[in-house]
Amino acid sequence: MHREGEFDIDIDHLSKIEGHADLEVRVKEGKVQHARLKISEAKRFFTQGVRGKSCLNVAQLVSRICGTCSIAHLSCCIEAVENALGITPSEQTKLLRNLTMDGLMVRDHAMHLYIFCLPDILGADSVLELADRDKSLVEKALEVKSAGNELSKIVAGKSVHAPFPSVGGYTKVMTNEQAKEMAHTLTHAREHAIEFVELFREKLPVFERKTHFIALTNPNYEYIGGEICSSEGYCVSRANFWEHLDRVVVPYSQATGFEFEGREYMVGSLSRMNLNKDALHRETKKDVANCLPLFPSNNIYMNNLAQAIEIINGMDHAIEKLESWDFKPEPYKTPAVKAGSGIGVIEAPRGTLYYALKTNEAGMVDYINLVIPTAQNHQNIEKDVAKLVQNDIDAGAKGQDEISMDVEKLVRAYDPCMSCATHFLKLKMKETGRAMPKKSKARNPWTFAEEGAR
Amino acid sequence: MGNKLAVSWITFACCEDSSIIFVEMLNQHFFEWKDKLEFRYCRLLKGKGNDFEGTDVAFVEGAIATAADEAKLKEIRAKSKRLVAIGSCACIGMPSAQRNNFDEATRREIMLVAERFGHLEKVHPVKDIVKVDYTVPGCPMDERLFLDVLGKCLAEFGVQ
Repeated sequence: MHREGEFDIDIDHLSKIEGHADLEVRVKEGKVQHARLKISEAKRFFTQGVRGKSCLNVAQLVSRICGTCSIAHLSCCIEAVENALGITPSEQTKLLRNLTMDGLMVRDHAMHLYIFCLPDILGADSVLELADRDKSLVEKALEVKSAGNELSKIVAGKSVHAPFPSVGGYTKVMTNEQAKEMAHTLTHAREHAIEFVELFREKLPVFERKTHFIALTNPNYEYIGGEICSSEGYCVSRANFWEHLDRVVVPYSQATGFEFEGREYMVGSLSRMNLNKDALHRETKKDVANCLPLFPSNNIYMNNLAQAIEIINGMDHAIEKLESWDFKPEPYKTPAVKAGSGIGVIEAPRGTLYYALKTNEAGMVDYINLVIPTAQNHQNIEKDVAKLVQNDIDAGAKGQDEISMDVEKLVRAYDPCMSCATHFLKLKMKETGRAMPKKSKARNPWTFAEEGAR
Repeated sequence: MGNKLAVSWITFACCEDSSIIFVEMLNQHFFEWKDKLEFRYCRLLKGKGNDFEGTDVAFVEGAIATAADEAKLKEIRAKSKRLVAIGSCACIGMPSAQRNNFDEATRREIMLVAERFGHLEKVHPVKDIVKVDYTVPGCPMDERLFLDVLGKCLAEFGVQ
């Protein structure tokens, strides 16, 4: 028997998220002692696996780090390799890359919002249950999701592990006819996507905790290019991002956490909206005008409204490009390789994704290092969970089962991705026999191999 | 409405690309499958009542990398009438099994993590551990092959 005010919440395998994670909260005398997010995915050791492989092929391998945001890994790795090799892609390639990211945002956000979150906000356990209550709502959700999936297929060849994007260009370019047809499909689905923005705006719960937000920002609210900015009001160049990071080794989890300037932070749609809402596509701004004053926000559930808005933004950017660009076949030329080092930074659906990569003279990868969005959110999620549970206890109205459900919804609002978070080899394991996280200054992105060898 | 096929979907070491393909296939098949399939264990779709008990067909995605995974897989096999290996990692182990091919220096580098989290000596495809009735290869799984296998299972269990 537990004494009054003393209980544990243990959630084994959180549901309706990408991958495997457990959550542990300890409460003593009515006070939360700790909240721990334990990512239980088995590591697959990609940072080691890519070594010695051709830099022209590794993007297809790292794509396999994550099923749902494979295109983000592919795009970011290609950017890092091109920077290492000194390649400047053609204007059409740049446009196709942005279109590829637009498709990813629409498909991935739609999956998270409609399949995982929508049941939460409408009081159902699953989208299957929801369909019994409101068939047409689910039909609309599937149409939006399908439009994102089709966009990825047409531009990149597939929506998961896309074959066309390559170092130096695209191995196949869509036709103008396909582009026009795709624009039409998107325009139709867009009407439903706007209805979902309204639904999320009305129904989202509130949980606020002051934190800070980091995102790559640029003048067109796109997901490639720009500077890394913080809600504290300053920006760092992509080359210097690492100098501001602390790596937090989390002994009970198969993933690493990060802090920015010694503090937890959040990356993802909410960060992008908080920092860059003025740069949304003009058509998006017109149709979600009543949502814009709600940002910046410290309410983590607003991450889901931000995702709903980014679906429209992705569609509007895509429609404009598909309707205005004259797509021409561009024969793919295998690029010349050389020794070099390059950094890639993009905004993945779940936040800023960072790649650092070194090639040797034969064009083989000597070294790769990554910073993953969910790893960056790890500390923030734990602090939010601790505060949410404390709030629930203080309010005194909820039983443990309800608190447990609240916690799961909160974690889900982040749209965490465990497959991504665990690829990364934890360092200095010998020193972390204790249960508390251990911080270390990350120094620079190129020290991983040396530290790992210790 | 007749009987339904009781299915479970579980993932082990992988990137869950085939789960994503499955969720994207719902765009076209949601209402058809909702009538024909009963999801016993599917954490991707539902929060409550995830239980393997009474599973007709278990779809298993991913390779087996830890002792805990191995035990879980055996439990699923015991509770399921048919078991389908989904995607490349489940069918042949790769790319999740890439550490099987690491050189000695790289193996030493990952050893601490591997030991701490109960990783097996090698990463295995599902067939190394339990009997597999059908396979759906591909990275991610091939949609057409998945539909073929699902069709066979529906026919075998008499679900119209």
